[in-house]
Amino acid sequence: MMPLLTTKGLSRSFGGLRAVDGVDFALMPGEIRAVIGPNGAGKTTFVSLVSGRIQPSSGMIVFDGADITNLPAYARVRLGVAYTFQITSVFANLSAYDNVALPVQRTLTDGRSKGAVHTGVMAALERTGLADRADMPAGQLSYGHQRLLEVAMGLALKPRLLILDEPTQGLADSEIDNFIELVREIADSATVLLIEHNMPVVMRLADRITVFNAGRILAEGTPEQIRANAAVQDAYLGTTHG
Amino acid sequence: MKDASPAKPYALHLGVIALLFGLSFVLPEYHHGLLARIMVLAVFAMGYNLLFGYVGLLSLGHAMFFSAGLYGAGLAVIHLGWSVPAAFAAGLACGALLALVIGLLALRTSGVAFMIVTMMFAQVFYLVILYFAAWTGGDQGMVVPQPMRVLVLGSTSLDLTNPTVRYMSALALFSIVLLISLAIVRSGYGRVLVAIRENEERTKMLGYDTFSNKLAAVVISGSICAASGAAYALLFGYVGSSFASVQYSILPLLWVLLGGAATTLGPLIGTLFMYYVIDVASGYTSAYLLIVGIALILLVLFFPRGILGSIRQRWLGWLP
Ligand SMILES: Nc1ncnc2c1ncn2[C@@H]1O[C@H](COP(=O)(O)OP(=O)(O)OP(=O)(O)O)[C@@H](O)[C@H]1O
Ligand SMILES: [Mg+2]
Repeated sequence: MMPLLTTKGLSRSFGGLRAVDGVDFALMPGEIRAVIGPNGAGKTTFVSLVSGRIQPSSGMIVFDGADITNLPAYARVRLGVAYTFQITSVFANLSAYDNVALPVQRTLTDGRSKGAVHTGVMAALERTGLADRADMPAGQLSYGHQRLLEVAMGLALKPRLLILDEPTQGLADSEIDNFIELVREIADSATVLLIEHNMPVVMRLADRITVFNAGRILAEGTPEQIRANAAVQDAYLGTTHG
Repeated sequence: MKDASPAKPYALHLGVIALLFGLSFVLPEYHHGLLARIMVLAVFAMGYNLLFGYVGLLSLGHAMFFSAGLYGAGLAVIHLGWSVPAAFAAGLACGALLALVIGLLALRTSGVAFMIVTMMFAQVFYLVILYFAAWTGGDQGMVVPQPMRVLVLGSTSLDLTNPTVRYMSALALFSIVLLISLAIVRSGYGRVLVAIRENEERTKMLGYDTFSNKLAAVVISGSICAASGAAYALLFGYVGSSFASVQYSILPLLWVLLGGAATTLGPLIGTLFMYYVIDVASGYTSAYLLIVGIALILLVLFFPRGILGSIRQRWLGWLP
């Protein structure tokens, strides 16, 4: 099977700092892949390169067999690469409804009747449990709900690859269970790349785990392999989440 | 704005149009003429508001789009002897084309740079008008001869210099542009424009080509302003370079700020308010600009979102 996403020698420096340093990465269709690593390891920078938010210093990104390295971000979204922000970035002054309507109306191909937009928006809000807050300005939602709104916006893009950057940050434990269900549902129709610090969530969801450290891939494998990996223990699990 | 029932906003806007229609029959001559002018200039303000209020792009050069319509229509009548509809179309086309070119160049910048770039282009446009004085009349401007300002529709001909015809023509243009603005603002496209204003980077990450969307907004905005200019030339018969000066780039900004940026009716309210404050103040004192200045400062202090913007914020959340 051909990978959905591949990167070859992907690098990005900020000044002298090699935030992402020669990363070779492959992601199979249908997978739930978790990316973990200590703060500052380069996880957000890596997925920002994939989504096109920032440009690489060198290297190449292939999505579904096509070289997308030089495509602008919006065109990558149209190919099916959706990104939800680590730092919540909903439209604070617009209602939750409008936030989701933006991606919904763009993906509708069968005419943009208001009825079709409405159905799509409410479906995405219901899946994330926000339907009863549709009319609230997004900025007035609790932090956890803003995170869920981000996910709803990503979902509404009907992506083939959904990148979630620390989606459970700020969620209550009760919300996390629902969230895990939601990601499993999403994975039925999309490939998921999940950056996550919460190890129980990672262990329950991921098919495979990639560990970043200092801009490079330190290890990659099934949750069991990663748990047993001594280098990972040293770099990450043992120190920050012991 | 949710996909709520459109009844209320449409009823309100049709009500405003009906009110303006009715006023034509009761207003004394002086106010009748003034209101016709205000409606045409409110169209200018509506065009400006689309870009400034909804997309958040502050241009200091919109006088060039108004004058593109003004001169496009005026020159077509005076030098080419075109009919009123053809001249109006010429003005509109000049504005649309100019907006396309300016948009392609100026949208490479944003923020303060966008303000400066649009102002510079407008200044160039102004100087070009002065330079080609042989055709444009230079700083004297030109009068569109009265016999040419007749709209022939089949067997009837309407004299645009007749006060009632002029008022109704201004109202027709105003109504069309008002309803177009309302439709744009309530559409999916309007939602994208607001999203660009709120957070352009995020909008890109939802798959929108924000440059193209902004360019379309500049062209629509420029075309509406040109329609206002073309109507001004044909209805009031004067084509002058002062309309291309920087003052006429700042006026629509003031009108929109006063009435309420990003409200559909704000441009009318702001234009109306400003004209009547000047009108009343100049009746009392020759230092009327001082009074206008004080009125502006008070408004900004107590209604920072403009008249309609504040009303929407405090009482009528559904206002488009
Ligand atoms: N725009 C930027 N300019 C300069 N340095 C940056 C920029 N973005 C990231 N960095 C640096 O690059 C390194 C990698 O940052 P990145 O945000 O990718 O880490 P991360 O793995 O996502 O961390 P976290 O777990 O805290 O989210 C850090 O040292 C960070 O300070
Ligand atoms: Mg990060």
